[in-house]
Amino acid sequence: MRKLHFHPCGNFNERYEQELTIFETDFGRASLVVGLVMLFAIVPYASGPYLIYVLNMVAITAIAAIGLNILTGFTGQLSLGHGAFIGVGAYAAAILATKAGFPFILAVPAAGSITAFVGVLFGLPSGRLKGLYLTIATLAGQFIIEYLLVHWEGLTEGTMGIVLPGVSIFGIALDSDRSFFYVVYVCLIVMTLIAVNIMRTSYGRAFIAIRDNDRAAEGMGIPIFPYKLLSFGISSFYAGIAGALWAYYMISITTEPFNLGLSVEYIAMIIIGGLGSITGAIYGAIFITGLNEGLRWLTDILMGVDIFSKAGFSMAPLRELAFGSAIVLFILLEPRGLAEVWRIIRSNFRLWPFSY
Amino acid sequence: MDFFIHLLINGISIGFLYGLAAMGFVMIFKSSSVLNFAHGELMALGAFVFLVLIGWAELPVYVAFPLALAGSFLLGFVVERIFLRPLIGEPLIYVIMLTVGLASIFKGIMLFIWGGNLYTFPDFLPAGLAIHWGSINIPPVYVVSIAIGLIFLMLFGLFFKYSSQGIYMRSVADNQPAALSLGVHVRKVFALSWAIAALVAGMSGIVLGIINGINVHDLSSIGLKVFPVVILGGLDSIGGAVIGGIIIGLLETFTGGYLSTSLRDVVPYVALVFILMVKPYGLFGLIEIERV
Repeated sequence: MRKLHFHPCGNFNERYEQELTIFETDFGRASLVVGLVMLFAIVPYASGPYLIYVLNMVAITAIAAIGLNILTGFTGQLSLGHGAFIGVGAYAAAILATKAGFPFILAVPAAGSITAFVGVLFGLPSGRLKGLYLTIATLAGQFIIEYLLVHWEGLTEGTMGIVLPGVSIFGIALDSDRSFFYVVYVCLIVMTLIAVNIMRTSYGRAFIAIRDNDRAAEGMGIPIFPYKLLSFGISSFYAGIAGALWAYYMISITTEPFNLGLSVEYIAMIIIGGLGSITGAIYGAIFITGLNEGLRWLTDILMGVDIFSKAGFSMAPLRELAFGSAIVLFILLEPRGLAEVWRIIRSNFRLWPFSY
Repeated sequence: MDFFIHLLINGISIGFLYGLAAMGFVMIFKSSSVLNFAHGELMALGAFVFLVLIGWAELPVYVAFPLALAGSFLLGFVVERIFLRPLIGEPLIYVIMLTVGLASIFKGIMLFIWGGNLYTFPDFLPAGLAIHWGSINIPPVYVVSIAIGLIFLMLFGLFFKYSSQGIYMRSVADNQPAALSLGVHVRKVFALSWAIAALVAGMSGIVLGIINGINVHDLSSIGLKVFPVVILGGLDSIGGAVIGGIIIGLLETFTGGYLSTSLRDVVPYVALVFILMVKPYGLFGLIEIERV
């Protein structure tokens, strides 16, 4: 049996493998295993249907947020069209399921691939340009995709929306929140694992090099254009998977949710969670989904109060205000997000009582 | 033919307004290479301040207009002071995401106060400003918007070319660390450029409000329509903003008139994608060449 690893008091890495390792200590690996066992064995049975619904939404948004973080946090390209790409994924899955009769297990990855293709299509004109042209191109993508979803009625049924058939995997029907919980969380874990490992390969390092200094990256022999496109494709693939799961979970989908507001929500997520951190994206998804539910709860209470209901109070301004403030406050106060906050808390514990 | 001329004039007038809106945007980009996603909200704020001054406080136009502009100027100043100054020297992507957040905050505040309803200004422009020429009939608002557009175009051109502040702004945009080390007062440059941009935004918001009425959602979506305009004209060209605005305005009205009205709002973005493919730095933009 090998020796258990604990955190050293400084950076004593001598080999590249030590730099690249996912778990610095065996304790981390063990706690992850314990956490996963608890997640699958206890959480779905200990929580009520509403909580499971919220947890499922967290997992779905987390998948999309990880995708956006690969593009924005690791490659340094801001996308304002993530909401629309999730919509593409949702509609791709819905259309494949209803018109082509694809089973769940094929439709989800297929939707991801279709979204990745659409993403690359919008990335093509801007990828060869330096700077923030991709942001502008994705803004255009957002509006064009939204328009197509509403007006290409032959394919998307327009504003009517699509109702998806019931789902089953290997003969097991997924008809409850709890059964979906397992599917969604397995997807989340697989997608997280893929993302973490992409970032450990030469591709991931190339993305980070492009973010930090694209001129230097090109000088080191990284072809910037293909790598930017690749990063955008991967990001869109994640959005597509999330969209497909979302469509199956919601059963009926309309074009409404996939607007610019959703894209901004995802930007808020990765800023709050921490740019350039896979776990940060998950923290951000938890935070924003929680915030959304909290705001809904708050609006319900305020609607009951006479003054507010008379003034025609609604949730929209409150949401705008909350998301905007969250983005601005995190950028000004803790630009590395919750992931950094968590790291600081952890290292405080570790180094206590000698904080240096 | 009448229909065609009607559309043409409509398109040019709307285009001038887009150009006007885009000018403030280019102003910020030129001095700090920041894409300002809160531009539409700044426009709407200016229009709402004007509405309050003219409708609620019942001030005469010649007092309310300068006051609203002064308010916008101050707002730009304050926004820069509170939100953007701490980010000097940080990566650009943070600044741009900050403007996305600011846009949400402003939008939320405006929705709280005024809701999503449509407000209209009382009619105050003298009818004598209208131009009648044969079958062509240009209403006074459009005449005013074209005049304001031309005046500001000239002022900005002179400002960036000859005034020392304008040259400082260009230097900061080009290379912030270099400008800092050569003694340019970057903070002052930023404050001034945001204040001026907010002023221009407020003004274009007021003019747009006179034509279409003011509504938070409409004005903020026009703030995003600035992007096709500036990409077509070239991100850092003030004159390009106006010409890009006219082209996009014409494109919009002609699609609206001849093809379908629902296509109208999406056609600028389709154009945007094509421009990025064919002529990515726009008609008059500075082409960045980098060799490694």
